[in-house]
This record gives sequence, structure tokens and C-alpha cells, in this order.
Amino acid sequence: MKISTIKDLLDAKVICCEEGLSRHVYSACGSDMMSDVLAYVKDQAVLLTGLVNSQVIRTAEMMDMNCIVFVRSKMPTAEMIELAKENGMIILSTEKRMYEACGLLYSNGLVGNRVKNV
Amino acid sequence: MSEALKFHFDVDGDDFTSAGKASVQVKKNLRQLGLSPETIRRVSIAMYEGEINMVIHAGGGIADVTVTEDCIEILLSDKGPGIKDIDKAMQEGYSTASDNIRSLGFGAGMGLPNMKRYTDYMDIKSTVGVGTDITMRVNI
Repeated sequence: MKISTIKDLLDAKVICCEEGLSRHVYSACGSDMMSDVLAYVKDQAVLLTGLVNSQVIRTAEMMDMNCIVFVRSKMPTAEMIELAKENGMIILSTEKRMYEACGLLYSNGLVGNRVKNV
Repeated sequence: MSEALKFHFDVDGDDFTSAGKASVQVKKNLRQLGLSPETIRRVSIAMYEGEINMVIHAGGGIADVTVTEDCIEILLSDKGPGIKDIDKAMQEGYSTASDNIRSLGFGAGMGLPNMKRYTDYMDIKSTVGVGTDITMRVNI
């Protein structure tokens, strides 16, 4: 799924790295616990979270993810945006809650079935 | 690569925001060495979890990463409270972290199991009241 499609489906604002919106993601992960995110490697995934701190950006970077969606209108801090820009990480923010945001992406084909244990 | 490459980091225990900086740097260094993305990902996730653990449980510590022809070795050493029951700590979901740490997105009891999951070898030496030394290796 194109990241621009995710933006449209979630009616999300682009916070940074807009130039990457044409990139694709093939799976998604929704969690506020970063260690749960770190437990499974997915290829080119998007992270949906309601957690706002620098470790969200670092976790996504460690996982080679290329897009983070903050749900429930959460906004990253200036420091987080700087970290994200350094890595070309696309940041979106949506008013939708986690359950609805995940459901919309799933029902539109981002099923996250490429999960693999390393 | 004839000689082993070594990287040393001091992990600051007072600043949760900067936790993970050493792992980010290691990831960059390994990329420059041209290692496979999967190897890099395994090393950096394992080290990142270890680094976070040192910050939230042990007040920081040191990290030494050695790259040889065969493997990448990560040594994490702290002078924190030590791990009372290592077998328990290795169980997924078991955590002694405070609610405050959980509100920061960690303390799900996945740190040590993740470190084991992503590495080919892991050894924990810990003494209560003295500190913890963790050795991890990822084969290249």
C-alpha cells in the first residue's frame, strides 16, 4: 500500500518527509509498547502508535520501518521530528483512534501477513 | 577484514530520551561495512533492547561492540541492581519495570527474550547488588 493511500484512508496530516509519500509499505503494526513492536520483524512496515517519545522514532528506525502514524491526534515533539527527518521517516498524524485506524488499513488490504520471525 | 573492529560507548543512565543513541550509531557503522540488512537489524535491535534495559534498570553502563570476520559481539556491562532470577527474566511478559517505564512504551517483559531471539548466542552474568554483564553474538 502506498503511504499516500494510508494518509488518505486515515485522513491524516503529514508531519514530515512528505517526499516519501509515494513509497510502499507491505505490513503494519499497531502498539503503544515498543518491545512488542521489536519482537517481530516485518518488511517495510508502518507503525501505528499513541505513544509520543523519541524511542518511537528509534524503534521504527531499528526495525527498518519507513512510516509512523500517530493516532488520537497525537503530535510528535520538535526533537522527534528532527530525529525522523535524519532518517527519512515519514510521520503522519490522524484523529482516528488506534482500533479504527488499524481496521481501516486492514480492510483496505494492508493485512500484515508478511510477518516473519528472524 | 583482517583485524577486529571495536566500538565503545558510554550509555548515559539519566536520560531516557537519548537512550538508544549507541545502537543507532552501531547501525550506521555496520551499514558502512556493507553487512546484510538482516544482520544489521538483528544486531541493532538486540543492542537497542539492551541499551534501554541499562537505562531503565541499571542507571546506564557501557557497551562494547566488536566486529570480526565471523560475527558481531556485543558486550553490555552495568553496575545496576543485578537480575535476581534470570530464568524468570527470560520469560516473555515478565518484567520488574515500574508503571512509569511502561508509560514510556517499555517494560512489557520482552526485552531479554527479544535479545535472545535476535542473536545466535547470549550469556547473562548477573550478581544482585553488583551488576550485570551480557554477551551477545550474531554470526555473519
